[in-house]
This record gives sequence, C-alpha cells and structure tokens, in this order.
Amino acid sequence: MKDIKVLGSGCAKCTKTAELIQTIATEKGVDIQLVKETSPEVIMGYGVMSTPAVVVDNLVMHSGSIPDRKKIESWLQ
Amino acid sequence: MLSIFTTLADWLVYSLFGLTPDTKLGDALHFFVEDTSKIFVLLIVMIYCIALIRASLNVERVRAYLAKRNKFLGYVMGSVFGAVTPFCSCSSIPVFLGFTSGGIPIGITMSFLLTSPLINEVAVLLLLSLIGWKITLIYVLAGLAVGITGGMFLDLIRAEKWLQPFALKAYQASSPVLEQEAASASMSYAERHDFAKQELLDILSRVWKWVFIGVGLGAALHGFVPTGWLETNLGSGQWWSVPSAVLLGIPLYSNATGVIPVMESLIAQGLPIGTTLAFCMSTVAASFPEFILLKQVMTWRLLATIFALLLASFTTIGWFLNFIS
Repeated sequence: MKDIKVLGSGCAKCTKTAELIQTIATEKGVDIQLVKETSPEVIMGYGVMSTPAVVVDNLVMHSGSIPDRKKIESWLQ
Repeated sequence: MLSIFTTLADWLVYSLFGLTPDTKLGDALHFFVEDTSKIFVLLIVMIYCIALIRASLNVERVRAYLAKRNKFLGYVMGSVFGAVTPFCSCSSIPVFLGFTSGGIPIGITMSFLLTSPLINEVAVLLLLSLIGWKITLIYVLAGLAVGITGGMFLDLIRAEKWLQPFALKAYQASSPVLEQEAASASMSYAERHDFAKQELLDILSRVWKWVFIGVGLGAALHGFVPTGWLETNLGSGQWWSVPSAVLLGIPLYSNATGVIPVMESLIAQGLPIGTTLAFCMSTVAASFPEFILLKQVMTWRLLATIFALLLASFTTIGWFLNFIS
C-alpha cells in the first residue's frame, strides 16, 4: 500500500490534486492511503515552498502545481 | 494599435445598438465594451508571452539567490522578485517558512510578500494600456518602495521575536540554502509552452470576473457621476481625503485587475493621483482574508504592526504624490 500525502493550505488546487490521485488510484485498482496535510509546520518539515506538493512514501515527488495524469500513474506503479 | 478596440466599441454601441455618444448610457456602455475587449485580448497575449519567459523562475531559485545577498540589496531584490515571481497567495505561508528556515531575514521575506500582490504583470499591463506609462511607473516605484521600507522597518524592530514559536525556532535553527538544491534543469520549448498555457488558464479563471466588475464600476462612474463632482469634493485640497481613501480600500477586497479600470475612471473624473493610488494599493494589498492566513506564522502583535505599517505607507505615498503633482 502506498502512503500518499498532498501538502497544501487547503486551496482549490490542493483539493483537486487529492481528488485526481484518488480517482486514478481507484481506476487502476491500486491501494493507497491518501492524507491531505495542511499544517504549515509539517509542510515546512518537507522543505516544500510551492503548494500543492505530493509526498509518496515520505519522498517529495512533486511541488507547485496540479500534477498531470502521467506523473501520478508513475507513482502508483 | 489599441484604437481597434475604440472602433469595435463605436460599431457595436453606436451603429448596432443605435445609442449616441452624448447619452449617459451610450457613454458608459462604450467605455465598458472598449475596456473589456481591450483587457481580455491584452491579457491573453501578454500572460502567455510573459509566462514563456519566466517559466524557469520559481521561489526555490529566488530563495537561493536572496540567501547570498547582503542586507540592503536583499530588501531591494526581495521586493523586485516579489513583483516578478509567479506564485499564488495560497502559497504565501510555505514560502514564508521556506525563506525563514533558509536563514533569510524576516524583513527581506516580507519585502517579497508585501510587493507580490501590489505589482504583477497583469497590473502593470492594465495600467499601461488604460492609464499610461507615467502613472504605471509611479505605481511600480511606489509598490517597490512599500516593500523595501516595510522590510527594513520590520528588521529594525526585530520583528522575528513576534513570530509564532515554531517559526522562530525554524529561523534560529536555519541553515544556509545550498546552491545545488535550487539547480534547475533548463526547460525545453514544449515545457515552457505547457507552463505558459497553464498560467494563462489559471490567471484568466481567477481574474475574469474582476475585469467585468472593475470595468462595470468604472463605466458607471464614467457615465453617471457628474464630471467635476469628485474634483470639487475630494480634490487635493482636503488633507483627509487620502487617509479616507486608504480606509475605504480595506473592506473593498479586490485584486489589481478589478481596481485598475476604476482608477482609470477616478483619474479621468479629476480625483488627484495620490488619492487614487493610495485607494488602489489599499484595496489590493490590505485585505483581511490574506492577513488572517499569516496568523499561522505570526502573532497578532506583528500582524497588527504590519497592517498599520501598510496603511501608513499608502497614506504617505498618497500625500506625497498629491503634494508634488
């Protein structure tokens, strides 16, 4: 099971990112645990400055925009 | 080149709708059609072109650059980068913490964050096309001045002691940012195009309604407030008109796109330039929703200080411009 965190202060783009990841994971039948992380302290801990950012199994994979489908699929493999 | 929008408005309002230029409705509608069509065409072309150029500029690179500067230049560059770096206001907290934990003084970080809403490519573009280069230049210089002096003042009073405890701890434990962390691969044209397209959609979806609201208000002022009324009642003779304009701007929450068409009308109606600019800056930068966000990293005391600082600088700029013009 993949542990995925979407970092962001709760803006529209962050919500969209989380929804997109969930949709693609469901489509592909991949089991994920998705958490939306809004605490500024935790976001700082990952060294992220541009949100939304995506953390997969504790590694920052993406930051600053809604990731595209191809990118998300590559994390779910 | 911009006269084609006048021609378009002439044709639509006078020929097609059969209104005449000397009626209030005809005049206001002409203003509305000309300005909205002009603004949207310019926005689409310019946002795309500017985004192509600045695709590789991001907050990570700005931080690495600012970390190396000496202090005075830091405020100036912080403010300049605040003006040109694309970033959404929902990112201001992570950016603040990222800069702080990278050892950049609070003042320089705030120079960046204060200038950011005031000056951006959309604002400059609208000012240039609607009001002219002189006022654009004054606006940009005033915006940079607010960021630079604001940042210096905050470092002078050692504002970091009023941060939230975890942010202060991050600042004290900060380690210098390493250059290679910010190294960015050069971008291909296709990547730049993707970024620019995304930016364009992003900005347009955020500002389109402000264009209609702003131009609508501008058109109403233009057509229905008697010429000279503002000049007589709110001219530069009354010292209190500038602080009142600043106070009035606080609850009016808009971004630069919405307020600039209103400025165009206000100036055309004879409102002094200092009063107009003070009003505009207060509307754009002194907004409660965005200030409340900063509460996550700052104490009320620091927030109130920054707010008062902004109001005082907008008022000073307004008085100064009214005085010299």
